[in-house]
Amino acid sequence: MRGLDFTVVADYWNILLIGTGWTAFLTAAAAVLAFFGGIGFALAALYAPWPIRLPVRFVAWLFMGTPLLLQLFLIYFGLVQIGIDIPALAAGIIGLGLHFAVYNADVIRAAIVAVDPGQNEGARSLGLSRYQSFRHVVVPQAIRNVIPPLGNNLIALLKESALVSVIGVAELVHASQLAISETFRPFEFYITAAALYYGLNAVLEFGLGRIEKKVEVTR
Amino acid sequence: MVKVAPFFVEAAWLTVRISFLALALGLVLAGLGAAARLSRHPVLAAIGTVYVSVFRGTPALIQLFVLYFGGPQVGINLDPFAAGVIGLGVNIGAYMTETIRGALLSVDRGQAEAARSLGLSRFQALRKVVLPQAARLMIRPLGVNAIALIKGSALVSAISVVELTYTAQRYIGSTYKPFEMFAIAAALYLLVIHATARAIAWIDGRFAVR
Repeated sequence: MRGLDFTVVADYWNILLIGTGWTAFLTAAAAVLAFFGGIGFALAALYAPWPIRLPVRFVAWLFMGTPLLLQLFLIYFGLVQIGIDIPALAAGIIGLGLHFAVYNADVIRAAIVAVDPGQNEGARSLGLSRYQSFRHVVVPQAIRNVIPPLGNNLIALLKESALVSVIGVAELVHASQLAISETFRPFEFYITAAALYYGLNAVLEFGLGRIEKKVEVTR
Repeated sequence: MVKVAPFFVEAAWLTVRISFLALALGLVLAGLGAAARLSRHPVLAAIGTVYVSVFRGTPALIQLFVLYFGGPQVGINLDPFAAGVIGLGVNIGAYMTETIRGALLSVDRGQAEAARSLGLSRFQALRKVVLPQAARLMIRPLGVNAIALIKGSALVSAISVVELTYTAQRYIGSTYKPFEMFAIAAALYLLVIHATARAIAWIDGRFAVR
């Protein structure tokens, strides 16, 4: 046991900063994929004909019932064996994005189903087409219910993005490990990484809180 | 595939054991955490708030790394299994604290007030009136936490606990059959998770209002 010395962290601030930047980028990219993927999966699960609906449901069931880490291993090490060689960063974004797309789809599907069927029926009886009724009547009501849970998923995504360090993506955890391999001070660097994640998380929660308030007002 | 099957079954059993122990630790911490957060004592309430905020605000993987790799620097030497149980348990405890607190707060205030006005002490009102009602409300959300914990237990593979994900990763590397290895591990996770979900539904049914 030797004393803790947090001053060594200062020598690696640039590496940690770059790592934090990659974590932010990776989270943002995966969030975009998860958002649009979530909409796609939700619409497929609700409205697509069975040859599309059933496989989508099966993938959703598989992804919700197994750990993200295992899914990352499959995408990164598995696809190579069938000739698809994707770099670690892309594999990390795809893995995180698909994983959270499934969770987002669940939230979006539930929000659409929760809109009173009378709303759709009323719109249809007033002469709106199926698409118009969905677009102008159902979606605006579903959006309000969907923002808080999607925000929670985004916060979870930021924290889970730490997992992609195990497939070698040079984000914050990986940057910390690099510094640790030179200084042999895991405690100091992992605590610093935790503090940086906590900061990112706080910023994200603040931003989401603002958005939720805005939606609340227009209700 | 037949050759590796016994290793996978053994690994799945380790996943079950580590998850179960972490769940037990998490429930104890969550009970204490919820009591602290709802306490009138400002120091206790602050401890509860900091616990929840820190462990929900940082990645579980980092928490495990601080404990397992950083621990020896501050005199904490744990083997991977113990570090895994403690790390996962403390992490899920923070989420479960909020689940229990939410359930306690959603019991109508009038229930506690009526109990107090009938002469029950604060503790008696909590123990005999509020808790039995809150218990029903917390089973399903605690079940969601428990299932998240089972999936999260894959993280301990990163501190070399030979559980299901670690085993899958090892045989993906040595057999070059990633999809088969993934399929075995996935099937075992799904089995454990569905069995847990059934158990939770059964407990929930026993507590349901009839």
